[in-house]
Amino acid sequence: INTAKKKRRVLHPSVCRSLSALAELPEMHQILRQTCRDYADKELAPIAAKLDKEHSYPAKQIQELGAMGVMAMEVPEEFGGAGMDYLAYSVAMEEISRGCASTGVIVSVNNSLYIGPILKFGTEEQKKQWITPFTTGEKVGCFALSEPGNGSDAGAASTVASQDGDEWVLNGTKAWITNCWDASATVVFATTDKKLKHKCILVPMPHPGLSLGKKEDKLGIRASSTANIILEDCRIPLGNMLGPRGAGFKIAMQTLDSGRIGIASQALGIAQASLDCAADYAQKRNAFGAPIAKLQAIQFKLADMAVASLLRDSKKPFTKEAAMAKLAASEAATYCAHQAIQILGGMGFVTDMPAERHYRDARITEIYEGTSEIQRLVIAGQLLKEYQQ
Amino acid sequence: MSGRVLVGVKRVIDYAVKIRVKPDNSGVVTDGVKHSMNPFCEIAVEEAVKLKEKKLIKEVVAVSCGPQQAQETIRTALAMGADRGIHVQVTGKDYETLGPLQVSKILAALAKKEDAQLIILGKQAIDDDCNQTGQMTAALLDWPQGTFASEVSMEGDKLKVVREIDGGLEMIKINTPAVVSADLRLNTPRYATLPNIMKAKKKKIANVNPADLGVDLTSRVEILRVDEPPQRQAGVKVETVDDLVGKLKDTGRI
Repeated sequence: INTAKKKRRVLHPSVCRSLSALAELPEMHQILRQTCRDYADKELAPIAAKLDKEHSYPAKQIQELGAMGVMAMEVPEEFGGAGMDYLAYSVAMEEISRGCASTGVIVSVNNSLYIGPILKFGTEEQKKQWITPFTTGEKVGCFALSEPGNGSDAGAASTVASQDGDEWVLNGTKAWITNCWDASATVVFATTDKKLKHKCILVPMPHPGLSLGKKEDKLGIRASSTANIILEDCRIPLGNMLGPRGAGFKIAMQTLDSGRIGIASQALGIAQASLDCAADYAQKRNAFGAPIAKLQAIQFKLADMAVASLLRDSKKPFTKEAAMAKLAASEAATYCAHQAIQILGGMGFVTDMPAERHYRDARITEIYEGTSEIQRLVIAGQLLKEYQQ
Repeated sequence: MSGRVLVGVKRVIDYAVKIRVKPDNSGVVTDGVKHSMNPFCEIAVEEAVKLKEKKLIKEVVAVSCGPQQAQETIRTALAMGADRGIHVQVTGKDYETLGPLQVSKILAALAKKEDAQLIILGKQAIDDDCNQTGQMTAALLDWPQGTFASEVSMEGDKLKVVREIDGGLEMIKINTPAVVSADLRLNTPRYATLPNIMKAKKKKIANVNPADLGVDLTSRVEILRVDEPPQRQAGVKVETVDDLVGKLKDTGRI
């Protein structure tokens, strides 16, 4: 056990990591990171515990983030977005999630899963109608792919969109839809009758024939709503189809590929928050006459957490790298959150400190937008392809 | 009237950083330490941008004196809404001894060169807490000054400034061109929006040498030694008011 007399300073791991990350980022991205960090520190972190406890949607903060351009980061300015790149989105997601993971997922779903596919596959008219109103934070969108009967097996979707005159008629149930209770539109994936050709259809909310299931009572990210979307003879104009007929599956997979980076960044943000919480506590808490930060065991844990976070930084939006980033970042998040509770001891188990919330928020990152198992399959698949070439 | 405002922005050690004195007591450690825009300078930029949004002035020019890194501070000002920047290059020993007198001379020279109508500065920097640059700049230009401003508005061609002073609030009306120094409650600086951060990339930052402005950077101040403040001693608890008065008298406080 080191005594208080030992002068050697423990270099704060989050300073280490942020220094190295900052040193690599271009100037504009550094200003962006600082802006988002300031916002998260001042406006999100102070209310995160309350949002979690009350399961309340941060409407005011989403609008403020919208005004800053964070709700539509990659959307070109002509459609009301910030016109920034993927790296910027990733940086922003990490900082926002560090303040509040729930706000992070709301931002992520709107950017990657709702706006993402429309930006990539939509017509100019569709972009104006379905993206522009969703850039300000006043309206958010959601992504309806998973069903009670299939999650990882996305191709087994049973929601049907049959054509009747100049309308699609949608029937089926979608499950685990983030944002749905607060959303004004959704991207729905459905098949054509008995064939397995998938379609992607834009559906406004609320709409006759579309109803919402009860809000799930979740372990974490509680300030975001998650529920079923039930479609019963829901009639939608033919023109609401996104992309060509049969492209639905491709759209879903490409969207999730991109969404992965957002979630990886969210996971990193949670990991960072856990690290900050633990390191701060460790430096203040005394045991055996000295701050526990000086206890070697604690130092090892902090070092492991910092290394886990550093290694998980990945900014390339390619399939294999995105999957690796998401897999590694989400496992780093749960690891860091776990260790943070361990370092805080009893205090880590109660709601007075944020460690328990980080633990609960982190857990979902290993599951949604592709489970860790699916990520491993994706990585292996890509790896084997590379070897075959 | 040019409708041009100069805003001085200073790059300082971030307010949240724990300051450490160099082992040779010649100064504080700045290498690898997080720096950011002086908080009072942020308030100054915000006020200038607000005046432009109210169409009371036409152009906001952000100025910073220092080495290459000063450009980051200017870019932050541009991201908040300033139109262009001027980076006055001061490096090495000159930068170590750069103080309010030299900066005031630089700002005065720039104000004349740019035909500025108004100079807004933070009331003081959080590293040296001098609270001198605004006042010196006004004196060098022989312009009126409204320091410790908690409110600024135009009334006709006069500037109305509410100042926070020891006795409370004081309202003055001054002619322009003038120098204003921003106090804490003047405004709440905005978060830069992402589109503005993008636009800031394209805004121009001009590089200027103090010599070109005819400014002599020699310092009249010599730093002999920098020390940490003495360790705070434990207090003493007393039981009654009489005890308190007695103790204060004993220690020569009253």
